[in-house]
Amino acid sequence: MAETQTDTADTAGGPGPEFPMPRAAGCPFAPPPALEELRDASPVAKVRIWDGSTPWFITGHAQQRAILTDPRLSNDDHIGDFPHVSAYRAQIAPHTPKLITNTDAPEHTRLRRMVNGPLLLKRVEKMRPAIQKIVDDLIDDMLAGPQPADLLTALALPVPSLVISELLGVRYEDHEFFQHNSSTALDRDVAPEVARAASAALSGYLDKLLTEKLASPGDDAMSEMAARVTAGEMTHTEAVHMGVAMLIAGHETTATMISLGTLALFQNPEQLELLRDSDDPKFVAGAVEELLRYLSIVHSGLRRVAREDIEIDGQLIRAGEGVVVEISAANWDTKAFPGADRLDLTRNARLHNAFGFGPHQCLGQSLARVELQVVYSTLYRRVPTLRLATAFDQLEFEESGTTYGVRSLPVTW
Amino acid sequence: MHVEVDEPKCVSAGLCVMSAPDVFDQRDDDGVVILLDSDPDTALDEEVREAAGLCPAAAIRLVEK
Repeated sequence: MAETQTDTADTAGGPGPEFPMPRAAGCPFAPPPALEELRDASPVAKVRIWDGSTPWFITGHAQQRAILTDPRLSNDDHIGDFPHVSAYRAQIAPHTPKLITNTDAPEHTRLRRMVNGPLLLKRVEKMRPAIQKIVDDLIDDMLAGPQPADLLTALALPVPSLVISELLGVRYEDHEFFQHNSSTALDRDVAPEVARAASAALSGYLDKLLTEKLASPGDDAMSEMAARVTAGEMTHTEAVHMGVAMLIAGHETTATMISLGTLALFQNPEQLELLRDSDDPKFVAGAVEELLRYLSIVHSGLRRVAREDIEIDGQLIRAGEGVVVEISAANWDTKAFPGADRLDLTRNARLHNAFGFGPHQCLGQSLARVELQVVYSTLYRRVPTLRLATAFDQLEFEESGTTYGVRSLPVTW
Repeated sequence: MHVEVDEPKCVSAGLCVMSAPDVFDQRDDDGVVILLDSDPDTALDEEVREAAGLCPAAAIRLVEK
């Protein structure tokens, strides 16, 4: 007990390191060294965030799995010292309607069941041939175009954008509009009013679309939500905000996994060879899990607040205190994944936290899995000579968005 | 192994169906877990344990016989 108290004074009681932390130069896939040191010393500690507040910081794999399934942990950003991700998010929190992202059971369960139909495993599996065609057509276009190509604009962004457009019933011709506004709304470095304008543009767009689908429904997720609005099961505002969330969440994450994943495979050619030479869907599925673990692209931390006191690892998180759960630290925790700094596509990585854990685990995870399985099993086989078209140290990495990735990926073949 | 599911807790992540499709299914409209076999063959033990371990809502309970 005395030791625990000493630890508390050294780590939890002090101001704590700042989060987010810088990555090591020339080491783009590894979590920041300070993050790994902190996890190994104190998997439950404190950090200082942008507004000077010091939420709890959960970095160990076992500790994350325990706390993220604890019903005393809340997503309600109206209570206590909720650790908002940015000034903009703090400003809009009091005005945001109830969504799956800011509610707890039973309200969260009700809302989630309203909107998850199109994203269910079996429904998404039925989209696999359509996704395969989208990927094949984009690769045809890339191969017919000039070299080098930017893999981000040629494949990584269009795949999830085309898929989410088809799923939601959004016109893909508007992709420049919604891609731009999605990334602006999520950029931690833009001014709050700029993020707010981007978000409002997307809400206006989905509001108009929902109204269209109410009048003339099609075979898509916005039409399904329109039917629920008509039946009185969800409100017009809930449907609009859910549409915005689905449109945004779908593409930056998957695009980053495609581009950064390809870069990681370029840097690990023997692993790329394993993937290229395998025609076993189970191996490909396992490889996707390992890439999700290794890259851990969602790097701004899951944000929560304690509703009641929670004791974990000898520390007492008091009701009202903020909690930040950092995914990459857990996914590189050698207690859960021996040799975690090695990309090993043969590893069983399924217990990763890349999609989060607990009741708020990513709604679109089945869709992401199928998109990534199709891309990874198609691209390197169809373009076996695919390689980086620039020096590795010339690449620029994106640190201010929701995902950690590469700003462009010039490739040749 | 005896399997129980807690429907109100289920958040329809579908990981149980991915891991053990002979034991779990999902309702078509909202994805809530359907238990196909509450006493599966021991050959499926590993799959069932994985399904329970992956369930993000902790909605699957296993009773070892």
